[in-house]
Amino acid sequence: MKNLVILGAGTAGTMMSNHLVSKLPKNEWQITVVDQYKTHYYQPGFLFLPFDIYTTKQVKKKGAKFIPKGVNYINEKIEIIKPEENKVLLDDGTELHYDILIIATGTKIAPEEIEGMKGPEWHKSVFDFYTYEGAKALRDKFREWEGGKLVVHITEMPIKCPVAPLEFAFLADSYFKNKGMRDKVDITFVTPLGGAFTKPKATEALHHLLTDKGIKEVTDFNIERVDYENNKIIDYAETEVPYDILVTVPTNMGDALIERSGMGDDLNYVPTNKATLQTEDYENIFALGDATNLPASKAGSVAHFEAEILTENILRYIKGEPLKEEFDGHANCFIETGGGKALLIDFNYTHEPVEGTFPFPGVGPLNLLKESRTNHMGKMAFRWIYWNMLIKGIHIPFVSATMSEKGKKFEDSKA
Amino acid sequence: MDKTIGQATISVDQEGYLTDFSQWNKEIGTEIAKEQGIDMTDKHWEVIDYIQQQFKNEEPLSIRGIKKSGVLDIKEFYALFPGGPLKKATMIAGIPKPKSCI
Repeated sequence: MKNLVILGAGTAGTMMSNHLVSKLPKNEWQITVVDQYKTHYYQPGFLFLPFDIYTTKQVKKKGAKFIPKGVNYINEKIEIIKPEENKVLLDDGTELHYDILIIATGTKIAPEEIEGMKGPEWHKSVFDFYTYEGAKALRDKFREWEGGKLVVHITEMPIKCPVAPLEFAFLADSYFKNKGMRDKVDITFVTPLGGAFTKPKATEALHHLLTDKGIKEVTDFNIERVDYENNKIIDYAETEVPYDILVTVPTNMGDALIERSGMGDDLNYVPTNKATLQTEDYENIFALGDATNLPASKAGSVAHFEAEILTENILRYIKGEPLKEEFDGHANCFIETGGGKALLIDFNYTHEPVEGTFPFPGVGPLNLLKESRTNHMGKMAFRWIYWNMLIKGIHIPFVSATMSEKGKKFEDSKA
Repeated sequence: MDKTIGQATISVDQEGYLTDFSQWNKEIGTEIAKEQGIDMTDKHWEVIDYIQQQFKNEEPLSIRGIKKSGVLDIKEFYALFPGGPLKKATMIAGIPKPKSCI
């Protein structure tokens, strides 16, 4: 019997176990999934939790429900990977031997990287919304808040779901309007980037939306510390932005396990071949999702497209065939813009998001880079798709793993 | 597009970043720095040298990377290249503007 071990039962790891269980012969391969947590969170839902759009129940389920039969599912903390010995050591002393290892340990926020961020005001006036706890604490704060300065802030790139902070600012605008207190709330968007987003065409469109909604922008802001005693954030150029509520996206880092195992870069991300998803250092170790150092968005859609390609490459690896260099960095993201509307962007390593229609060229029904109600319906429908199709590894019709250039208005722009 | 700087002609992109590193030399770096209001000192050149090394090794450049470089800390980096230190330093170094990616 041979062993394939998957580390992490989040979006990427769960999808891989579902893909592989039907592809690998059961009498030859045992698949094992390890994750320390019993709960599987619908992470895109953390964006909606603070605004009472989703309930806590809608964003979490038991992880075991989504791991297919025949897969050995272990709830235990991982101590270390020993890549030279093809072994994984768990916290309780169990040693797992593997023939193939898949790393899907994701990314986490690291607020302790910035002085004063995870201080006495953490989850009191300084919040994150990238964790269940942070999003819930923020919901409770917003319910009773009487207004003031709301600062939405990105610490440093790369971050998971780079559009989420913008969506947060848009949804906040909409939320306080509905509460009849928008005039009492001053919203500022603070970013280390030169503009609202990482890609030029989308930045332009998003900049207009921010202006329309009366949201101020502070760009090129590299935070040095949070002065929680005086309610302001300060950057290296001594620029100060005052806040009453700071909603920050802290530094994102790969799991500490990767650092303990000596397998990561500066931010604990695993160096991975960007087309094949094989790790750079070990040929029987593969990585996908937020855990890699790929120059692609850290997003569920990316993990989804990667999972389809990685499944094929694992099968090729087992047969001793050359791996397919197929992953193109494809990402597909809805951007909530508030008021029941959303934008949709579709892009990859080389093509930035542009206007057009999706998934059918010239038809849609979804519009790329334009606000519409249909796009918002798409985003809302996605929660159902996530729980019922995506993590179960069921192919989503008409959406291919690599990006289609059809139906898009490219000039000679490149990302 | 072409740009004349001192005696030399270099090709740059819309924002003024060199598109061909082989055209770069110290005189060109000095001139670009002047346009940015910076008078180059030995410490400036030490930073430019580090940045060019990173570029040649295809290592991504970031503020975090500067902190770990051992060449200088971030405060000094801002003091040497006020405003947007990474953007200014890469322009002077003749390499592309760093993408904060993704």
